[in-house]
Amino acid sequence: MTRRAVITGMGVIAPGGTGTKPFWEMLTAGRTATRRITFFDPEPYRCKVAAECDFDPAAEGLSPRDIRRMDRVSQFAVVCTQEALADSGLVAGGDGAPGVAGAAALEGEAAERTGVAIGNAVGATMSLESEYVTVSDGGRDWLVDHRYAAPHLYEYFLPSSIAAEVATAAGAGGPASVVSTGCTSGIDAVAYACDLIREGSADIMITGGSDAPVSPITLACFDVIKATTPQADDPARACRPFDATRSGLVLGEGAAILVLEEYEHARRRGAHIYAEIPGFASRCNAFHMTGLKPDGREMAEAIGVALDEARLAPEQIGYVNAHGSGTKQNDRHETAAFKTALGSHAYQIPVSGIKSMVGHSLGAIGSIEIAACALALEHQVVPPTANLSEPDPECDLDYVPREAREARLDAVLTVGSGFGGFQSALVLADPELADQERSAA
Amino acid sequence: MSTVITGLGVMAPNGLSSEDYWTATLNGDSGIAPIDRFDTSGYPVSLAGQVTGFEPEELVPDRLMPQTDRMTRMALAAADAALAAAGAGPGTLPEYDMGVATASTSGGLEFGQRELQKLWGKGWQHVSAYMSFAWYYAVNTGQISIKHGMRGPGGVVISEQAGGLDALAFARRQIRKGTPLMVTGGVDGSLCPYGLAIQIASGRLSTQDHPDLAYLPFDHRANGYLPGEGGAILVAEERESAQRRGAPAAGELAGYGAAFDPSPGSRGALVRAARAALADAGLAADGIDAVVADAAGQQDDDQAEADALSELFGPAGVPVCVPKTMTGRLLSGGAALDTATALLALRDQVLPPAINIHPELTDPRLDLVIGEPRETPVRAVLVLARGHGGFASAAVLTRP
Repeated sequence: MTRRAVITGMGVIAPGGTGTKPFWEMLTAGRTATRRITFFDPEPYRCKVAAECDFDPAAEGLSPRDIRRMDRVSQFAVVCTQEALADSGLVAGGDGAPGVAGAAALEGEAAERTGVAIGNAVGATMSLESEYVTVSDGGRDWLVDHRYAAPHLYEYFLPSSIAAEVATAAGAGGPASVVSTGCTSGIDAVAYACDLIREGSADIMITGGSDAPVSPITLACFDVIKATTPQADDPARACRPFDATRSGLVLGEGAAILVLEEYEHARRRGAHIYAEIPGFASRCNAFHMTGLKPDGREMAEAIGVALDEARLAPEQIGYVNAHGSGTKQNDRHETAAFKTALGSHAYQIPVSGIKSMVGHSLGAIGSIEIAACALALEHQVVPPTANLSEPDPECDLDYVPREAREARLDAVLTVGSGFGGFQSALVLADPELADQERSAA
Repeated sequence: MSTVITGLGVMAPNGLSSEDYWTATLNGDSGIAPIDRFDTSGYPVSLAGQVTGFEPEELVPDRLMPQTDRMTRMALAAADAALAAAGAGPGTLPEYDMGVATASTSGGLEFGQRELQKLWGKGWQHVSAYMSFAWYYAVNTGQISIKHGMRGPGGVVISEQAGGLDALAFARRQIRKGTPLMVTGGVDGSLCPYGLAIQIASGRLSTQDHPDLAYLPFDHRANGYLPGEGGAILVAEERESAQRRGAPAAGELAGYGAAFDPSPGSRGALVRAARAALADAGLAADGIDAVVADAAGQQDDDQAEADALSELFGPAGVPVCVPKTMTGRLLSGGAALDTATALLALRDQVLPPAINIHPELTDPRLDLVIGEPRETPVRAVLVLARGHGGFASAAVLTRP
């Protein structure tokens, strides 16, 4: 019997709202959450906008010790895990009082059959930078003074702490890992989790992505290569994928955690199933650490392999969630990839980029977009590309400008591109679609 | 379908190639020495397993020098060696049939510290244009795939020391799904001032300043571990594909398992990971001829590992190797190097010794290979690894 992975629970923290519900409301309203950076003074920097989360860890139930021990990136992941587990019905909860200390966790055999795979690109970069500033005395000393380091600095150093915190909070005892392929981490971690379910290493996977990169060093990294937008006058319209006036990406932050479950396991307990993940693939472009070739060849290959694995034809894909980071290089790269992989049907499929609304949260966004895709299937609504008013003539697909759209969706595709040359694609589908395909075959 | 290892590239504190490493390890030659890259007088830790004699200018293309941390340069050199040993490179197989999956933990932290200093000392305009990917957990996978034109799956896993085995498992999964060749393993290290300060903050480093007394896993005198740098890159291939192209196999990745348990001093996750790996390999405990231990060098964690080994194999039921006593702990490079050790032991039918630990002071429940190499039939080796926070992974390597 082929083992299949389905989504049975979700938790989201995105700019503009904490929780899956406000996230979806925001997307379908076409509202944007990009704003002038408030975490530090952005005035000296080239880019001055970001999509920040208004996140209060204490209000989300984290204890003072949790808050000290965990960087923001782990706090996001743990709070989302509580929402996702409660949503899945695997643990009691969802009464508005989650949090780590008192929250319900998995127990017994279920716990040992539950694994964790969390996507993340830049680890606890906020804490690593602020600790660096302290131990180096503001960047003065090369020989930093370890005596000024925070007691949990080693935990901040390890991106795997995110997976450890999630597994500990959930009581999961199966295989655990962080998957860190830059900006495709959020897709690749979910793919990794699906593989563990399929091969039988776990029945349940707590997976997704988390990143909290709105920090001076991350901003500087993107500023020096002019990847981020320099426009500061209208922060709400800062990220404009597929628009002729686009000016670069806008950093974001947040997390999405999914409960993935083996299909029969989910059916036996009568769980609500948002979607199946029937196919996925990643490919390297082996071209450049940050550059993309305009032909989108490797992304097209990843899409083709993902569709084959899902046993779906391009015509069955009702929506494509684009990487849509807001750079010209990306927009042309993926537009070409969609045409190569989907053929003439590429012109018929609505394609949208939600980074226009929630920014680019690096290793988290792939999972936030998977959550958006699952919600699109659930509600039969395609979220729009915000800020798209002057289409780039070189990007000639249907990018769903500004307004959400109702659509008949049985299967959707999401893609991502990451530094290092990573190109990933993942398909979500109504599990009954695969059932029908199989009975027809 | 089975996964074999056809190439091995080692970058270790006691050897810059797999043969040099193996010779040194069998001789008990340690790579632990005082840190000579910066002044350690202000730190309570002065020893580490540094990779010495590595000349990146000779091994890494000029173009890549300004954009890479030392750790990535070592990874590129180890990947070159592994691919040369496997007789593989661009064009060996179709481009999408070769992928890369490495373990990571520290990223290019020394590079990162330098750029943080520029940012905070001078301003963002002074930060390197390569910073966005040089201090980046995915850097080694990306750079290796680019250098060798490998367009198949790319992967990066992080679970501290356990990551080295998790990367191998990831590679095997891709091979099973149809990518015949994967470059895998891990090379890691952060022996810069900030990296040392971070590891000191863990409270787990040994503060002994004599190399013979510092990192003494399973010994009653255990007082912490020493950090190190390096690791191993391996070429993993689907057996029949490797046979078709005439690449000899050094061993098979026959089993893997992983588990998580955050309770300090708990043996549970290690036992579950090892049992899963044994079951996956189709072996009972008595089919294992040697174990390469995780060897935390902390009293409680050593105790937990000894508990696990006793539960799995009975008292003194299997020879236990601790080559890490000569290298320190290499973050995500550690278990990759231990895997290389296992493959070399399978090849030469000899187990490497641990140094510095004393037979009369070590846990009597363990049959530790100490002082001298031990010649013995070696058909299957279990490699154990734990990652800080509760991660445990296990792999079984067998003769090809």
